[in-house]
Amino acid sequence: MFKFAASKQLRDFTLDLSIQVADEEIMVLMGGNGAGKTTVLRLTAGLLTPDCGTIETGKKILYHHHSKINCPVQDRNIGYVFQNAAVFPHMTVYDNVAFGLRARGVDSQTLANRTDEWLERLAISDLATVRAGHLSGGQKQRVALARAMATEPDLLMLDEPFTALDQKNQIAVREWICLCVREQKIPCLLVTHNPADAEAVGDRICVIDRGHVLEDSSSFLRS
Amino acid sequence: MRQRIGVWFGQGVGAFLILIVCLFLSLPLIALLLRVTPELLATHIPNETVQKALWLSITTAIISMAIVILIGTPTAYFHSRSCYPGKSFVDTLIDLPLVLPPAVAGLALLLLFGRTGLLGKYLNVIGIDIAFTTVAVILAQIFVASPFYIRQAKALFEQLDPAYEETAKTLGSSSLRTFLFIILPLCATGLTSGAIMTFARALGEFGATIMFAGNLPGITQTMPLAIYAAMQGDFDVAITISVLLVAISLAIMLTVKLLSEKWRYNV
Repeated sequence: MFKFAASKQLRDFTLDLSIQVADEEIMVLMGGNGAGKTTVLRLTAGLLTPDCGTIETGKKILYHHHSKINCPVQDRNIGYVFQNAAVFPHMTVYDNVAFGLRARGVDSQTLANRTDEWLERLAISDLATVRAGHLSGGQKQRVALARAMATEPDLLMLDEPFTALDQKNQIAVREWICLCVREQKIPCLLVTHNPADAEAVGDRICVIDRGHVLEDSSSFLRS
Repeated sequence: MRQRIGVWFGQGVGAFLILIVCLFLSLPLIALLLRVTPELLATHIPNETVQKALWLSITTAIISMAIVILIGTPTAYFHSRSCYPGKSFVDTLIDLPLVLPPAVAGLALLLLFGRTGLLGKYLNVIGIDIAFTTVAVILAQIFVASPFYIRQAKALFEQLDPAYEETAKTLGSSSLRTFLFIILPLCATGLTSGAIMTFARALGEFGATIMFAGNLPGITQTMPLAIYAAMQGDFDVAITISVLLVAISLAIMLTVKLLSEKWRYNV
């Protein structure tokens, strides 16, 4: 279970949100440009610090204003897929997926097993030796997803993962995301501005505007 | 038809201007190369003055470049990533040697490190003498050449998409690891060309060196200084050293071009 109840003064408005996402649930954050969607992800990842409130995953308190807890970005154990996928273009696909495991000092056997496992799950094993800078948009998204999932995160966050993908790749990436979330039994927070993507992938849709929840709907519960 | 004549006229003017610039830049070099014969090079390259100047220039330029890289890279990174009072002043200070006449730089260094200088008088007490030594050559080269690298590094770090760095951190990577394995490799092409330009500027440094380090053969007489000294004596030696410098400069420019084409990632 992921809980976010925090506020932050932004340039034009105060972001003040309270949301909860259950394990295996995909919550889609929707809203116009500058509504505060990405800010929620950045606050959760620790790339921004809230003014007050609490942020926690089922296993860890990430931020607690009163207790002065502010877990460093590196220790939050959150899988964050950025809008442009941000695969490291100078590394091979294998090294991209293994990066987080190496950074955490995972032993070489576990590293190899887990990297191979995620390369296989996202069907990118054949690209293992290819430099990530040479991949297509859809392949980059899969690498970014595999890289995030290989670290076994407590929460998966995706920022506009379908932007710049053609329809075929959009459908594929949606399926990969659902697969990852269900198999790993983790909560997922997904930002998009496209209602079709939201309906296709989301269990719940939360519409926000100027940092406040306009509508939190469960009407799109997946069967 | 009138429009086509206008286009031709525009293209003609453009071609003429390009020709003028090319001639202006290449004719002096052609004039120099026309004076060179294989015999002249064979006679004068083994010359002791040439050998000493060549060796001193290359070693001091390499040391200067290495110091600029070691200190300039983290400085540029911290500068580009942080906001602090007086940042624009520091920016100006970093760029200052680019517009400062080298002779002024040399004089300023002499007034700082000279025997009676601001710092030099204290260093002199403990037996450290910097002016008119090889160390002075290196300091002069660093002073005039460092902006070429630091400016480039600063711009590269500022332009790099922060998503790479942030992604690495969310994956558990420490700041040092992120810097070494993500930021540096992604900026490698630009940093390398900045370093090579720094080396080239250090190699050609004249004004600050002659003011601060003097013109002592084997100790402070680098290649540009040896050309200056030879002009008053053996003109052929000056031509030989000049040709060597042209060859090194061309090799440097070619290396920069090749590296930037080879290491271009699809970022």
